[in-house]
Formats: sequence, C-alpha cells, structure tokens
Amino acid sequence: MSITVRSPRTEHGPLPGSVPPEAPDEPRAPVTRGRSVERRRSPQRRRRVRRDALLFLALIAPNLLAIIVFSYYPALYNIGLSFFEWDFVAPTPDWVGLENYADLFTDPSFGQVLMNTLIFTGVSVVGSLVLGLVLGSLLATKVPLTGFAQTMAFAPHMLPGAAVGILWLFMFDPNYGLSRWAFSVFGAESPSWTTTSDWSLWAITIAYTWQRLGFVTVICYTAILDLPKDLYEAAALDGAHGWKLFRHLTLPLLSPITFFLSITGIISAAQAFDIISIMTSGGPGVSSSTLSWMVYEEAFQKFDIGTASAAATVLLVVLLIITYVQVRYGDKKVNYDS
Amino acid sequence: MSAQTLDPDTLDTPSDPAPRNRGRARGPQRPPWKTGLMIGGVLATIAVFLVPLYWLFSSALKPHQDIYTWPLQWIPLEATFENFTEAWDSAPFDRFFLNSIITTGVGTLLEITLAILCAYAFVFVDFRFKKIAFVLIIGSLMLPGHVTLIVNYITVANLGWLNSYAGIILPGIASAFAMFLLFQYMRTIDRDILQAAEIDGAGHIRRMLTIVVPLSSPMILTATLIVMVGKWNEYVWPLIVTSTADMRTLPIGLLFLRSQEGYSNWGVIMAGAVFVSLPMLILFFLAQKRIIGGLAAGAMK
Repeated sequence: MSITVRSPRTEHGPLPGSVPPEAPDEPRAPVTRGRSVERRRSPQRRRRVRRDALLFLALIAPNLLAIIVFSYYPALYNIGLSFFEWDFVAPTPDWVGLENYADLFTDPSFGQVLMNTLIFTGVSVVGSLVLGLVLGSLLATKVPLTGFAQTMAFAPHMLPGAAVGILWLFMFDPNYGLSRWAFSVFGAESPSWTTTSDWSLWAITIAYTWQRLGFVTVICYTAILDLPKDLYEAAALDGAHGWKLFRHLTLPLLSPITFFLSITGIISAAQAFDIISIMTSGGPGVSSSTLSWMVYEEAFQKFDIGTASAAATVLLVVLLIITYVQVRYGDKKVNYDS
Repeated sequence: MSAQTLDPDTLDTPSDPAPRNRGRARGPQRPPWKTGLMIGGVLATIAVFLVPLYWLFSSALKPHQDIYTWPLQWIPLEATFENFTEAWDSAPFDRFFLNSIITTGVGTLLEITLAILCAYAFVFVDFRFKKIAFVLIIGSLMLPGHVTLIVNYITVANLGWLNSYAGIILPGIASAFAMFLLFQYMRTIDRDILQAAEIDGAGHIRRMLTIVVPLSSPMILTATLIVMVGKWNEYVWPLIVTSTADMRTLPIGLLFLRSQEGYSNWGVIMAGAVFVSLPMLILFFLAQKRIIGGLAAGAMK
C-alpha cells in the first residue's frame, strides 16, 4: 500500500480560503492517513488493517490503562464514595445518600473554605496574568538584562512548592524575616502573616502567585514575540501607539493564550496544596483552608472519607464546568483569530 | 542629564518633545527616559525574583547569630556550612535524597517510555478509533489530581503497595502532557524516510527504535526534563502514600524538618530547602532553553 500524502498537515483536503502554512495545529487526533484513491478492500488489506489495529492497541495500552486505572476510575469511584460514610477501617462503608452534601452546605466553615478557594484562585490567576502580561511585554522589548530577568522569573517555577512555601514562611516571619524589613521601610510593623486569620490566606496567595508569575510571564513573552510584525508596522503608520496599541492590537491577538493561561491557572490553583501544607496547614482555624487542603485534611487526618470525597466531588464539578467553558469558548476564540 | 530624564515627574512635561513623539516609540529612536524606565522595570523584576532566592541561599549560609539580628544582616559576615550539617543530622536526608532519586528516575523513565509508545501509535499506526483514544488521554489533563487521591490510596493499599517505591511511582506514570509534546513533534517527521525503511522490510517496532526515536531525541530530552522536574517536586501523593521517615522523598522531608526544628531554627530549615531546590535549579540553569521551550510549546499547542 502506498502512502501518497507526506505530511499529516496537508491531508485534510483543500480548505476554503487560504490557510497559512504555519497555522497552529488543533488539538485533535490525526485522521487516519489520507488516501487520495480509495482502494478496494482486498483480503490482504483487511489483514493489514487488523494487524495495525492490534499494534496500535498494544502501543497505547500501557498508557491508556494507567490513565484509566489512576485517573478516570478514581474520579468516578470518588463520586460514589461521597454517598457513603467511611473511615478507611470499617469493613463496609455505610450508605448515607446525600447527607454528606447536606452537611457540607449547611456548615458555615465549608462556606468559608469555598470563599477562600475563590479568593486564592481568583487573586492568583488574575494577579499573575496581569503582572505576567506587563512583565512579558517589558521583557519582549530591546533593553539590556531581559534575558537574565526571564531566567530569574522562571526559576521559582522549577522549585518544589514545599521549598517555595518554606522560603516564604521565613520571609513572612514578623521578627526575623524580610517582611519586617519591608514594613519597617514604611515605618510599620509586619503582621504575623501565617499565624493570624486575617493574613494567612494572603500569605499563601502571595507565595503561590510569586511561584506562578514567572511561568505566565515567559509564556506571554513567547507569545508576544510570535505576534505578526507587519500588523504593528501598519498600526504605527495609522498612528496607534502605547496603551492604545496594547489594548486594541496586542490584547486581542493574545486572547487565545491569556484564555489558556487563565483556565490552566484556575485548574492548578484549585489544586495548590504543597504551599498551603507547609505554610499554614489551612489555619489558623479554617482561615486559609481551600478545597484541596480540606480534601486532604478530612480524608487523611480526620479519616472522614464521605466528607472528603463529597468536597472532592464539588471540586471536580466546578473544574469540569470551567473546562467545558474552555472547550466551547476557547475553540471559538482560536477560529476567530485564524 | 540622564538622571534627570529618568525622573518620573518630568515624564509628562509638555515642553519636552520626546514623549509626544510616541509613534516612534517602537523604533530605534526611543526617548532615553523611556529606555530608562524600562530598564528600571527590568531591574525591579529581577529584584522581585532574585531577592527571595538570595535570601534562601544566604540564610542557609549564615551563622545562627546573623539570622537573629536587627537590622537585617543582608550579607553574611562569614559563610558557614553548619546549617547544612545540622540539617543533614536532624533528618535522614541521605534517605530522602535516595528516595527522591529512585522515584524520580524510575518514574520518569517509565512515563517517557509510555509517552513514546503512545505518541508513535497516534502518529504512525492506523486505527479507526484513534480520535476517541486521543481524547481520553488528553482529557485526563483536565482531571484535578485531588479528586483521585482517596481512591488511588485505596487502590494502592489493596495492591499492598503502601509505603513502597511501587506505590509512590506507579500511579504517576500515565502520560498526557509529555505524550502530547512528542505527538506534536513526531508529526513533523518526514514520512519518506519511514516509507523507504518500510520498503526495506523494517517493521513498525524497528522503524520506531531506529528512525523515529533518534529523530525525536531533542523533544524526548525536553519532555524528560519537564517530567523529571514535576516528579522531583511532587508533594501530596508521596505525603499520603508513605508513612515512615525512611520512605519519604525530599519535599516531604522538608515538612519533617520543619516540624523537627519548629519556627526557631531558620538557618537549618533554609539549608534543608537548599537541599531540595538546588538540584532543580542546576538542572534549570543548564537546560533552561529546552524546559521553557517545551512548556511554551505545550501552551501554544
């Protein structure tokens, strides 16, 4: 059998309009290799198709199996567990129906946890995106030291969250940390960041945003360098400049990437755990507890599996809704731009 | 002269013609105040990220009395390795290192192997229901890890893998992101070479090992680095699946060290944080183009 098409990119047939050769690949599976002439199904060919299918399944089996066993199955089973009461020890879990959910949503501290998750996620995602766009634009200009700045910005993203958490724990120390120095510059006294309920949520939010900011900056920077130069020349001829140029040209062109960054930002912030665990353990009280911390605390410190899996299910549902929005809305954006 | 033009107060002085001429701002004739402002911004950016990292390393090298002084001692009067030896003695860091190296090394090897097999199948082997399998694998990226914690714990307990390397490693070997990176890269390989090999009688496995893998080696290296960093930094799963100090990995060891030393011995705790961070920082400085390029490629699709 001959393969007539060399590149999978050109196999989708002639598309209406001209497609630039560097059109971004869409996240989809490649269609089976194109055949310009549909051949008659000879027994030989059928055998070959079957052999390829078996080979395909054998090659993806280990990965697919691992994903099903350790991602999909637990996600579904977890929803089931949320209707039971269990402590890991009892031989059989007790069916309690929706009681775990009823308990959650009538418990004021769960409301606080949801609010904390919202603030932590919202502030870190919006904060890192706004700052990342500014820094990314700054680094994309031709001034000295931008390469070094990029390296330094990205470095914290490489560090374990545990190390970042412990570093910020020290920096926030009101007696011997940098926080005391920073506040003393303004003649003020540093708050006890991690041990008072007014400040603990901000402490973990700042540490987390600091770690993520470099990643967002570098992605924005790369995207800005990829922008079509001729559009900018045309805009400059039309007299667009400064903020106007940024607002009406750069931002719309970057919208697919900022959208991607906000969605992945939400998903990873909603799962942030190491920084919280090291810095505050959700405390004092529940003042810095988020859904991800609560799942861990209920399951592995209080052994209340029902409550933990119900909270995890709430997390799953919220993130699935956000993902759905991305798939629906994100695709539209990409088409709009290409 | 230059100091004066950098002053932000003079930026909007109408008598200065340079700021008015903004249409040329992107050109070579950028007014000096603007260049100055931008350099200031770049320096501030560097400071925001460098100062905490400097603080981490300098505190680890400071003797006890330099940490507990006011005003702050920015530059250690004398560098000492006391904190490192004390950290090493107060927690079994040799075990932590060993465990981290084993779980990261074996886990990365397994995950990359699965990713290569899977990406090759998606690019070069025909199958009718490819698309469904692809969506299933990429879709797992959207499942938050915290949702799977409890059941994975039960699964691993039932398999008898609690507090073992198998228990730490195996739930993490499924590959979606690395698979996607390799998939995108393999799509660009020229099929003529493969076709020639096929005519010469080389089967799929042979073509994969002798042609596709060597040609994809730059992206395999990138994916390996990214996966490795992720595994080294992994926190919540090793925390719940291990129960004795001799099975803990480095990031969990840091939590252990903090509870040993409390809030009172920052030098030692920072030394522990250096143990955990330094390997990743070295890796990053050696291979930053690759790591950033790979992550950016994943983001841009």
